[in-house]
Amino acid sequence: MNSGYYFRRRLRNRFFLSLSVVATAFGLSWLALILGTLLYEGFSSIDLGLFIQSTPPPGSMGGLLNAILGSLMMSSFAVLIGTPLGIFAGTYLAEYGRHTKLATVVRFVNDILLSAPSIVLGLFIYDVMVLTMGHFSAWAGGVALAVIVIPVVVRTTENMLLLIPNTLREAAVALGAPRSHVIQQVTWRAARAGIVTGVLLAIARISGETAPLLFTALNNQFFSLNPNAPMASLPVAIFQMAMSPYADWHRLAWSGALLITLAVLVLSITARVLEARTDRS
Amino acid sequence: MAENGAVKVAINGLSFYYGGFQALNNITLPLYRNKVTAFIGPSGCGKSTLLRVLNRIYELYPNQRAEGEVMLDGENMLSGKLDLNQLRAKVGMVFQKPTPFPMTIFDNIAFGLQLNKSVPRAALEGRAEHALRRAALWDEVKDKLNASGTSLSGGQQQRLCIARSVAIKPELILLDEPCSALDPISTAKIEELISELCEDYTITIVTHNMQQASRVSDYTAFMFLGEVIEFGETEKIFTTPSNKRTEDYITGRFG
Repeated sequence: MNSGYYFRRRLRNRFFLSLSVVATAFGLSWLALILGTLLYEGFSSIDLGLFIQSTPPPGSMGGLLNAILGSLMMSSFAVLIGTPLGIFAGTYLAEYGRHTKLATVVRFVNDILLSAPSIVLGLFIYDVMVLTMGHFSAWAGGVALAVIVIPVVVRTTENMLLLIPNTLREAAVALGAPRSHVIQQVTWRAARAGIVTGVLLAIARISGETAPLLFTALNNQFFSLNPNAPMASLPVAIFQMAMSPYADWHRLAWSGALLITLAVLVLSITARVLEARTDRS
Repeated sequence: MAENGAVKVAINGLSFYYGGFQALNNITLPLYRNKVTAFIGPSGCGKSTLLRVLNRIYELYPNQRAEGEVMLDGENMLSGKLDLNQLRAKVGMVFQKPTPFPMTIFDNIAFGLQLNKSVPRAALEGRAEHALRRAALWDEVKDKLNASGTSLSGGQQQRLCIARSVAIKPELILLDEPCSALDPISTAKIEELISELCEDYTITIVTHNMQQASRVSDYTAFMFLGEVIEFGETEKIFTTPSNKRTEDYITGRFG
């Protein structure tokens, strides 16, 4: 009498298993298609010129040097501002302010910032910096990206520090170590891989951001390292070239997209490896 | 042994609160110099709490407060005037689970030594060796002082933590169930160590293991529901306890 019940159960199991497999395959196939197209279209136009020439006029040879350097410069600037601010704020939340009202408020605001549309952040910097300075600049672009970096780093730093068992802090305090010493020598060290992971993920996040740069760094067709002037970046260059009617610009856009994807891939893999290492220790 | 030995720590009328919950009620207890005192009792009786008052580690957390007096060499350690870091340098603590810092074995020892002053490398090495020998760990780690402290086995990690405490020459050492995460061989090593260390230090140990308390301690305090039910020489507590509850607990009839 029970066999009917077990048969139905097996049938049901098989049904839901197939649904899951189909859904997974459907989702992954699109991802594979995107990556495949990107690789196919992008690789065909990757050559040395891409890295040593700047945006060409339509119809002539050129590359993405100005956009690559621009992205590197503004991302570095954003990381230089955002990482220390994020790490210190995250440390405050996890170490000093754990039970305070201020920490609750900061955590809440940080969560809002974390999910704020990046175009809003771009507009904010446009209002605060671009309008005040009177012109677009790489500085403004870097600051806009930094505003994206900060909440990511705050969140991961806090989470990683919270993973460190309290007994480790107690052990250091019990030796007579002051709080700041415990943080620098013990808890930061124990959470180092995790904190670095957070920074890498933040870099991955900003390397593809277009919206905050549109209103701040604008774009630049020419080679420029002047942070006081508009600057090219890979995402904005891709946006501009992909929207253009020129076939050779389309090819450049594809290779730019491939470059960003590869960079993000490398960053994510590094982050994963570091994360696994933290979990083990 | 005579009960009139010198008192290192005198606990007088100590009460302790976790927020509104009173965990210790009017504890009065002496800790004798160069003796091992064991705190035993069922879970939740307050023995770990009592230990955590003795270096004021509870102050890391909000809403925990102690009332009463704990005189360390005649000075009340609960008074607000005391420098906490100095107090904690005088009172070493070893926890239930080994807590090696994420750094080399050598740096684990050097951490406490370098807190208040810069010590020349040669002196550091000397004191690290001394501490590791004291903790019976030297022979096992002398060739890998630059290996990570976390790479050691559990028993070795715990002895590293003891070495780390001993290195800063505390006067009082608090052991919070130091063997509960260890195998019998490591436990035996640490018990042997405790007997040796009490030549130089005053030691208190919290333990759930009755045999351990009877093996390593000179004095035993049996605690129940935040109170000390009975305190005396370990031999007497374990052979002829005067309180019925002590006897029931020690013989395994409750707790």
